[in-house]
Amino acid sequence: MMRDAADTVSPGFQVDDPVAPQQGFGQLLKQNRLAMIGLAIFVVFFCIALLGLGLTSGRNPTFDPAVVRLQEKLRPPLSKPNLETLSTEEVPRLGVYLFGTDDLGRDVFARMLQGAWVSLTVGFVAVGISVFIGIFMGGIAGYFGQSHTSIDTLIMRFVDIMLCFPSFFLILTVVALLPASMYNIMIVIGLTSWMGTTRFVRAEFLSLREQDFVTAARALGVSNFRIIFRHMIPNAMAPVLVSATIGIATAILTEAGLSFLGFGVPPPHATWGGILSDGKRFIFDAPWLTFAPGFAILIVVLSFNLFGEGLRDILNPKLRERY
Amino acid sequence: MLSFIGRSVIQKTITLFFVSIVSFLIIHLAPGAPSQVDPLNPKFTPQMVERFRKEFHLDEPLYIQYTYFYRDLLTGKTVSWKDNQSVLGKIWERFLNSLPLFIVGTILTWTLSFPVGIRSAIFRGGLYDRNATFFSYLLISIPGFFFAYILIILVVTQFHVPVIGLKTFGIGDAAWPRLVMDRVWHLLLPSVLGATGGIAILSRYVRSQMLEVEGQDYVRTARAKGVPEEQVHYKHALRNALLPFVTMFGLILPGLIGGSVIIESIFSWPGMGRMAFEAILARDYPIILTVNFVSAVLVLAGTFVSDLLYMVVDPRIRL
Repeated sequence: MMRDAADTVSPGFQVDDPVAPQQGFGQLLKQNRLAMIGLAIFVVFFCIALLGLGLTSGRNPTFDPAVVRLQEKLRPPLSKPNLETLSTEEVPRLGVYLFGTDDLGRDVFARMLQGAWVSLTVGFVAVGISVFIGIFMGGIAGYFGQSHTSIDTLIMRFVDIMLCFPSFFLILTVVALLPASMYNIMIVIGLTSWMGTTRFVRAEFLSLREQDFVTAARALGVSNFRIIFRHMIPNAMAPVLVSATIGIATAILTEAGLSFLGFGVPPPHATWGGILSDGKRFIFDAPWLTFAPGFAILIVVLSFNLFGEGLRDILNPKLRERY
Repeated sequence: MLSFIGRSVIQKTITLFFVSIVSFLIIHLAPGAPSQVDPLNPKFTPQMVERFRKEFHLDEPLYIQYTYFYRDLLTGKTVSWKDNQSVLGKIWERFLNSLPLFIVGTILTWTLSFPVGIRSAIFRGGLYDRNATFFSYLLISIPGFFFAYILIILVVTQFHVPVIGLKTFGIGDAAWPRLVMDRVWHLLLPSVLGATGGIAILSRYVRSQMLEVEGQDYVRTARAKGVPEEQVHYKHALRNALLPFVTMFGLILPGLIGGSVIIESIFSWPGMGRMAFEAILARDYPIILTVNFVSAVLVLAGTFVSDLLYMVVDPRIRL
């Protein structure tokens, strides 16, 4: 709730930038150390998630997250497997349990690799859905706001209605009622988080609509939808990009929370929240089961937040002058 | 002023009406019926299911179910499907359990974030500000359940106090100082966890508000005419920066019923969030819908209060 309030009150974004857009953007990004760190972590995470997908799926994966070795359960990180008790295909690929093993003797490192992809896709797809709906609704509300007041009112009242729901509780309810699957989670998170974007885009459109290039396009007889999607939306993307980046962080946290409560991607597929949830019975005996996924989520979410906030500072010339 | 109140009350009632419809539809159109919760239970014969369906009007069309449900809710007669107890009574009981968490959490949030945010703004760009910024991002990004376990490990291994639940099991007849300390320890962790996100966000917001105001002309004027720094910060700048926060008091209201599901589950705290979670697991629709309805009422009341407060404190808004 407070986060929403902080977002809506923050001063508006402006497109008219004295620095040439591309050049200035790169330089400013380089100056903002935290944002650069965030971006770097994000790139690394992206590669790891892609690699993880390749290495843990298929019939004969390089890192098999599903191999159960009951004789090797709850081994601490970096411990060597006991080669005498394991058959050759059960030996972990690196010859060492990098992050230890869980209560079924499964390699936590392999499970973390598998879970990275879930976090990444849930984050991106959920935010993709919410941004798409947000731009569409906000664009229509903002563009037609003056001529067809009823459309604008209708959409904004709908936003008000959606904002009345306690978001995590709503997501939890719907996810619990639907059959468990990764796609349902993405869709539900996406469908319940588009309201902020709608408001941003609408506000942006209200001012863009009065600008000359829109009048010019209209005078040339360009159709309304072409004006909205080809001409106005590219100019309204700055705040959307910022809120999308931070939205990914929120979506990853939400997914982890759902997995933690047992409503995530169904087992045996590993998710970070799920690994942590399975490990909670052993927090004193096997803290690595809590710390490995916990720090992974923390670092990834932090990188998105840092990058998003950095982006906000960079794209907002009003704030920039003050530093 | 009066016309504003009238208009927004009407508008909010309409919104509430639609919220009730949407939440009812979401619950009832989702696959799986509540009568199928436990198909493997041998006691759940088809006759039982039939009686169950009749009892709770599940055999009627949706719009009739809707009217039945909200008629019962507004007259306070809704009962839980699970144990036939009054939903409002159950919610009230759990609400009283969640209340201390909410109060301590709110006090922590509001007392910690202002000093941190103001100091960051005054020494912007300095070491303190950069650390505070980084820590607030860290607190926003840390998953609540992970942080909870870090704190549990820390407190249990360092201070050797049990922290799960409302109070230590079987402590019944200990001396009262021990009882009080026990309650405090049990209350502390969940409230701190509930407050972390709030502290991080609110302190950032305080900082940006302060920066906004410190850049204004009248602050420069105050400084130019030789007002001492302290007075500039706290008398000229802070007072004006506080304006938007007055309205935030209204926005706290929904937190009353929010009660974090995850934190209450971890600490086995018998509060609102846990009750809602159990209701979801048991598909106890009346409880889910009532919690949803009450929280929507609180959200709407919260925005209403914050609008009103804004009009009261800021004469520029009063039109």
